[in-house]
Amino acid sequence: MDTSQLLSATVLVGILTAGIRLASPYLFAAIGEMFGQRSGVLNLGVEGQMLMGAFTAFYVTLRTGNPWLGLLAAMAVGALMGLAMAVVSVTWRAVQGISGIGFYIVGMGLSELLFKTLLGEVKVINTGFNAVNIPLLSQIPVLGEIFFRQNVMTYLAFTLVPVAWFVLYKTPLGLKIRAVGENPHAADTLGVNVAHIRYLTVTMGGVFSAMAGAALSVANLNVFQENMTAGMGFIAVALVYFGGWRPFGVLFGALLFSMVMALQIFMQVYRVPVPSEFLIMMPYVLTMIVLVLTVGRVRAPAALTKPFVRE
Amino acid sequence: MSRFMKWLMPVALLALLLGACTGGQQKPAESSKPFRVAVVMPSSISDLAFSQSMYDALVGIQQEMGGPEKFEFVYSENMFKVDDAAAAIRDYASQGYDLVIAHGSQYGTSLREIAPNFPNTAFAHGTTNRTFVDEGVKNVYAYEAASNEGGYVNGVMAAKLTKSKIVGIVGPIDVGDAKLYIEGFEKGVRETDPSIQILKVFTGSFGDVALAREAADAHIAAGADVLIGTGQMVVGAIAAVDEQGGKVLWIGTQANQTKLAPKVIVANQVYDWKVVLRDIIAKIKKGQLGGEALLITLKNGGLRMEFNENFSRLGEAKPAAEAAIQGIINGTINAVP
Amino acid sequence: MKRFFARVLNARQLDNFLPIVAALAAFVIGAGMLLLMGTNPLTAYRAMFSGAFGNQNALAETIVKAVPLLLIGLGICISFRAKVMNIGAEGQMIVGGLISVAFGLAVDWPGWLALPLGLLIGFLGGAAWGAIPGILKAYFNVNEILSTVMMNAIAVQLMNYLLGGPLMDPQQAQALGKLPETARLNEAYHLARLLPPTRLHAGVLIALALSFVVYVLLFHTTLGYRIRAVGFNPFASRYGGIRVPQQVVIALLLSGAFAGLAGAIQIYGLNYRMITDGSPTGFTGGAGFNGIVTALFGGLHPLGAIPASFFFGALLVGANAMQRVTQVPSSFVTVLNGMVVIFVVSAAIWKELRERQRRMAFATETSRLAELASVSETPPQG
Repeated sequence: MDTSQLLSATVLVGILTAGIRLASPYLFAAIGEMFGQRSGVLNLGVEGQMLMGAFTAFYVTLRTGNPWLGLLAAMAVGALMGLAMAVVSVTWRAVQGISGIGFYIVGMGLSELLFKTLLGEVKVINTGFNAVNIPLLSQIPVLGEIFFRQNVMTYLAFTLVPVAWFVLYKTPLGLKIRAVGENPHAADTLGVNVAHIRYLTVTMGGVFSAMAGAALSVANLNVFQENMTAGMGFIAVALVYFGGWRPFGVLFGALLFSMVMALQIFMQVYRVPVPSEFLIMMPYVLTMIVLVLTVGRVRAPAALTKPFVRE
Repeated sequence: MSRFMKWLMPVALLALLLGACTGGQQKPAESSKPFRVAVVMPSSISDLAFSQSMYDALVGIQQEMGGPEKFEFVYSENMFKVDDAAAAIRDYASQGYDLVIAHGSQYGTSLREIAPNFPNTAFAHGTTNRTFVDEGVKNVYAYEAASNEGGYVNGVMAAKLTKSKIVGIVGPIDVGDAKLYIEGFEKGVRETDPSIQILKVFTGSFGDVALAREAADAHIAAGADVLIGTGQMVVGAIAAVDEQGGKVLWIGTQANQTKLAPKVIVANQVYDWKVVLRDIIAKIKKGQLGGEALLITLKNGGLRMEFNENFSRLGEAKPAAEAAIQGIINGTINAVP
Repeated sequence: MKRFFARVLNARQLDNFLPIVAALAAFVIGAGMLLLMGTNPLTAYRAMFSGAFGNQNALAETIVKAVPLLLIGLGICISFRAKVMNIGAEGQMIVGGLISVAFGLAVDWPGWLALPLGLLIGFLGGAAWGAIPGILKAYFNVNEILSTVMMNAIAVQLMNYLLGGPLMDPQQAQALGKLPETARLNEAYHLARLLPPTRLHAGVLIALALSFVVYVLLFHTTLGYRIRAVGFNPFASRYGGIRVPQQVVIALLLSGAFAGLAGAIQIYGLNYRMITDGSPTGFTGGAGFNGIVTALFGGLHPLGAIPASFFFGALLVGANAMQRVTQVPSSFVTVLNGMVVIFVVSAAIWKELRERQRRMAFATETSRLAELASVSETPPQG
C-alpha cells in the first residue's frame, strides 16, 4: 500500500461509497434544520435530538427485531423533542441559541441515561437496515456499486433533498415557511399563522434529526453507544449555512464534507506521509475554503432567531 | 447597576444561604469497618473498555473479600474533565476512604497536588508509572498495563490468520495505552511475517463510532482481512467487520468483546486489574500507603488472552498465540516496541 | 389585604427570583426522575448543595469552576452584543492554552515577567483564532456559526497533534504509556494560590477585574458603543458612519481573546501543564459551551456574568458531588443541567408577561384613582 495507489479506481469507488453513506445522517439533520431556519428558528439542539433518535431506534429495533418500528419510534421521539423546542422558542420566545444548547445537553444526557438503565451494555443488532441492491441499477459498473448498494436510510436521505426543494419552492406551505422566515409581520397580515408554521417546521426538524440518529444506529452502524454522534449535529447546523438555506446547497455541503472525510481515511490507509491529525482536519478546513471561494450574496432568512410578537 | 445584574444577584444569594445552612461533610460511620475504596473514572462503567475493566475488577474483589460488609466501593464515572476528577479525588480523600483510585492517566497532575494533603490516605493512579516518590510523595501507587504484550500476541494471531497478507488497525489518537497496544501489535505481526502490510487509521477521537466504521471499511476495501482496534469507538468497526459475514476477522482488547460479533472475533486481550488491586490492598493493610509502581502483565495474570472457542479457524492461530504468551512470560520474546 | 398581596406579587423585585423558580422547577422534575431510579431526591440535592457550598474547599472548587466560565462569558457578551454568534470558544480556549504553554515552556525568565507575558500570549492566541472567523464573516460572507464549529474541530486536532508530539512532556515520551500532556511549567510562573490547600487561584481576581473592564468597554467607550450599535441595527450603523465589518472582526477577536485567556489561566493557575485525554472537550471541559449559557444567563451583561458564572460553577460542581454520594449515573446530572438551562431561559417570558400585567394593573389603578378623584368632588349619594 503506498500513496500512489490512492488514485486507483477501487479506491475512488471506496471513497465515493463511504462518502455517500457518511452523508446520509448529515442530510437528514441539515434538511430538517433548514426548514426550521427558513421559518426563522435556529435550533442548536440537533445533536441531542439525533442521540435520542439513535437510541430509540436502536432500542425498539433490538426489542422487536423490526427496524421500521424502530424508525417510527425514533420519529415520534424526535417529534416530541421538536415540539418541546417549539414551545420554548416560539410560544415562550426564549433565546434560541441557548434553548437549543439546553436541548442538546438534555438529549445527550437522557439518551445515555436510558442506555444505562434499559440496556446497560453495548450490543450489536443484526436486524437493522442492511444494504439493499436496487435491481438492475446496482449492476451498472462503478455507479451501481457507489449509489445503488446502500441501505434504505441512505436512499431515503437522498430522496429527501428534491422533496424538500419541491415543498419549499413549489407548494403553498413552502411559500408560507419562507414568508414567515423573511417577514413574519407581513405574513401575519396576510393571514398566515406564524406560530403554527414555526411549530410545524421545528417539530419536523426534530423528526428529521431523530431519523439522522436512526440512520447511524440501525442502518450505518447497527450499534448504539453513548454520545455516538460525536459532534455531527453541530456539523449539520453548519451545513445549513454552507448550503445557503437551499436543499441542493445543503446536499452539496454534506457530500463535500463526507467525501473529504472518507478521502482522509483512505489517505491514512495509503500512508500519505502527513500526521493523521492534519488529515482529520481536512474536511473542516476544506469546507471553509470552498465556502470562501464560492460564496455568493446569500442572505440569511431575515427573521432568523427573532421571536415573533404581534404588534 | 443594571436590571440583568438585579435578576441574577438573588440566585447567588439564595445559593449562598442554602449552602451555609447545609453545613460541613459528615464523618463516615465507625461501627463495622469494611475496606473502603473510591474510584474516579474518565468514561462510563459500561464502556466495554478502560473504565469498565476497573469497575469489573472492583466488583470481583468485592466478591472475593466477602461482599459489601467487608469491601465497600463507590465510583464517579465520566470524569473526563480533569478538574471534575480533581474535585472528586479530593472529596473522596477528605471522606476518609482507605484507598482512592484515580483511574485515568490524565489525573496525574491533580493527584500530585492532592495526595500530600492527605498523608494518611492511600492513592492509586493509573495508567502510569509515576508514583511521585522521587518528589517526596509517599502515598501514591502507580499501575499500568503492558498492553503491548497482548498487542504482540494479537499481532502473531493476525499474521497467522490473514490470507491477503494485509491487516488493519483502527486507533483513536496516537498516544497512551492505545499507542502502546498498537505498537506491540505491529511488532508481533512483523516478527511473525515481515511481508505482511500493516494499515493504520486514527479517527482523532475516542467517540466517533461512525468514523471507526468507515476506517474499518477502508481497510477492508484495501484488502485487509484481519482488523484490530482500541478505544470506545471500535464498536463501529466491529459492526463493519461483522457485516462482512466471516471474510474479515477482528481481535479485541481491553474487555471481552466476543458477544458483539461471535462469528468473527478471534480472541481478546482482557485487563484484569484485580491482580494490582489485591496487591495494593494487602500492602495498605500492612501500612504501606504508596510509593510503588505496579504493572499488569501476561506473567502476573493481570493480562489474559480470552479466546473465542467457538470461532471456526481458531486452530490456525491459537498454538502460535500460546507460544507467544509463553515466550513473553519466560522472557524469550521481547514485546516492548 | 387582597390588594396588598397582589401588589407584593406584582412587585418588580420579585422578577429577579423567576430564574430561581425556573431552576427549582427543573429540580422538581429531576426529583421525579430520581424517585424513578430509586434514589431519595432529598439526599441527592443535599449532597449537591453541600458539594457546591458546604465547606471552604467546596466553595473554592465552585469558584475555580466559575473562572473560565466567567472569562468566556465576558467574550460572549461582547460578540453577542454585536449579534455575532461565536460558538467557537472551545477552539479559541484550546489555541490560547497551546500558545501560552508553549511560551511558558520555552522561556527561562523571572516569574514576574514570564507569567503576565504567558497570560497575554494566551489572550493574543485566542484573539488570532477568533479573528479568523471574524474576517471570514466580515469580508467573505462566511457565517460565523459554520466557521466557529469547523475551527473548534481543527483546534482539537491541532492540540492532539502538539500534545502527542512536539509539545509532549519529554518524560512521557520516554515512558511506556505516552500521555498527551506537556511538561510542568516552571514553579515561578504559577499564579498564586489564594487559600491553600484549596485550589482557589488568583485567576479569579483577574476574571473579576476584567468583568469591570468589559463593562466599561461596552458601555462607556466609543468602541463599545459601536459594537452595540452594530448589533442593534447594522444598517443604521452603516449610515451612521460605523464601519460594520471592522466591528464584527473586533467583536470576534475580543471574544476569542477572552476564551484564549481562559485557556492560559487554566494552565498557569490550575494544572501548570496542558493536559487532554483525546476527547474534544478533554482540555476545555466544555467551558466553551457553558460559557455561552453563562453569558446569556447574565443577560449579556459583563457584571451579570459574575453571579451567572458562580451559579453555573456551583451547579456543575454540586452535580458531581451528587453523583459521588448517591451513585446516580453521571448522565442524570447532565439531564438536570440541560433542564435548568431550558427552564431558566424560558422564564424570561414570565417576566415579560408580568410586566404587561403590571402595566394593565397600573392602568386600572390610575383610572380608578381618577374615578375616585372625580367622585370626591361630588359627595357620594345615599
